[in-house]
Amino acid sequence: MNSFADRFATTGTAAELRRIKEYVADDEDVSDSMWGSEAGFGTMAHGAPDFMVPSVPDPAAFLRLHTDDHADPSCRIKIKHGTTTLAFRYKGGVIVAVDSRATAGSYVASGTVKKVIEINPYLLGTMAGGAADCQYWETYLGMQCRLHELRNHERISVAAASKYLSNLVYSYKGMGLSMGTMICGWDKTGPAIFYVDSDGTRLKGDLFSVGSGSTFAYGVLDQGYHWDLTDEEAQELGRRSIYAAGHRDAFSGNTINLYHVKEQGWQFIGNYDVSEMHYNGPTGTQGYGYSVRVEGRSSANPPV
Amino acid sequence: MPDGSYERPQQRQFNPYSENGGTILAIAGADFSVIAGDTRQSEGYSIQTRYAPKVFRLTERAVLAVNGFAADGNMFVKKVKQRLEWYRHAHAKDMPLRAIARLIQTMLYAQRFFPYYVYNILGGIEEDGTGAVYSFDPVGSYEREACRAAGAAQSLVQPFLDNQIYFKNQTPAPGASHPTHLPLPDVLSIVIDSFTSATERHIEVGDGLEIYVVLAKGRSTQELASIGGLQELSTRAEGDRMFVIRRDLKKD
Repeated sequence: MNSFADRFATTGTAAELRRIKEYVADDEDVSDSMWGSEAGFGTMAHGAPDFMVPSVPDPAAFLRLHTDDHADPSCRIKIKHGTTTLAFRYKGGVIVAVDSRATAGSYVASGTVKKVIEINPYLLGTMAGGAADCQYWETYLGMQCRLHELRNHERISVAAASKYLSNLVYSYKGMGLSMGTMICGWDKTGPAIFYVDSDGTRLKGDLFSVGSGSTFAYGVLDQGYHWDLTDEEAQELGRRSIYAAGHRDAFSGNTINLYHVKEQGWQFIGNYDVSEMHYNGPTGTQGYGYSVRVEGRSSANPPV
Repeated sequence: MPDGSYERPQQRQFNPYSENGGTILAIAGADFSVIAGDTRQSEGYSIQTRYAPKVFRLTERAVLAVNGFAADGNMFVKKVKQRLEWYRHAHAKDMPLRAIARLIQTMLYAQRFFPYYVYNILGGIEEDGTGAVYSFDPVGSYEREACRAAGAAQSLVQPFLDNQIYFKNQTPAPGASHPTHLPLPDVLSIVIDSFTSATERHIEVGDGLEIYVVLAKGRSTQELASIGGLQELSTRAEGDRMFVIRRDLKKD
């Protein structure tokens, strides 16, 4: 099919459709957004919304010049970055754990970011890279998943949802989108995780970690992971891994958000302060980091 | 060269952005919201004007503060107001705060490849009567928070807010606990102190201060009675009420 030629053809179905549209007179000056009820997304029939692009020869270079804080720390528009996120599959479902720090350059822009995006009661997406890119497109994915349910009287599979997102971001490849996400959920095939990024990569797997602190998280995750983990062990492994990243990666930290995906849908387990985990641990009895370092070093900290 | 051509290749850039200084700040209470900004507008070391508002009333219960590049900010506020007017015509009511927040996200993200250089903070009252603050990055990532400072002096003001609002690095007395929401007079004092201090230590902050106060429906206005420079903006006394407090800041 040659869609470019179709656009200018005077015969055939496309031309017929175009004539009908002209007859119905889609008034360009009065957009649907004037009705004010579409939250800017427009009716779903139109597909993904349009974007304003600067009239320069290379719009991606323009965007890079003004927003990329790795190439040029003095650039004006700082987009929030930095993250550690992880998700793994085991016999009891999927564990999703993330930190909550957002940085703009070296400034901690926020310590309370929700990096797990609740797409619907059965699907979770994680946020790494551009905060707005992840938030916006995963919200948009949630709308498409709902439409899939209405059209097919059936929940969308994790594979299909992740592929929808992957194809979507691939169509913007080279334009400067930045997202590394894990689409996690439970469908007919059981628990599933797909890694999707803005380069167009889409991988199915049991265990992923994404972000600047991912190497630290992998270190803890890999040594503690096996399929037959109990729910408590799995949650502890997720929490402990994000703690490790929060402790060693300057761009990660503040708090940990922990989710567990089961057959009945996802469940929020809790929010844990990284410093609190260092000194006191999740139960307040045994910290992850402090006591193991100072025990027996002074009379104030006698060996147990 | 005499013929108007150049000896060497020339490089040019499309640079449509500038930075106009100033700082904005918002704090949410249990049933009120306070949104403030200074009124100085500068470019480099020059002050362009001592009165350029950065805080705008959107609806009876929503206020938007914009900071960054003033031209983008003013255009953005204009477009948000237009969309809210269209909504009013279609639905015969004001858009709720959480919907305005989502609208702002989509409007900012529509400019993902040619961003508005604007940091937005939206404050007001939710449909359930609670005070709320939403903060945005230039391309639309947003989050509901209890307080947020943005702009030139954000790195001076935000740590102060973390300490005074979230009680960061403060340990409560044995048997006591920190309050989850502060009373209005305390919040107003914190806002005024934030700006007088930022004015002392940041050259781009000063001249004037505008503090918008939105009170939930039925809430007493008693605590505002003794405040100087107060002006009521709401037209009806029975719904949510909005006030603005205008103060001078140092002009040097």
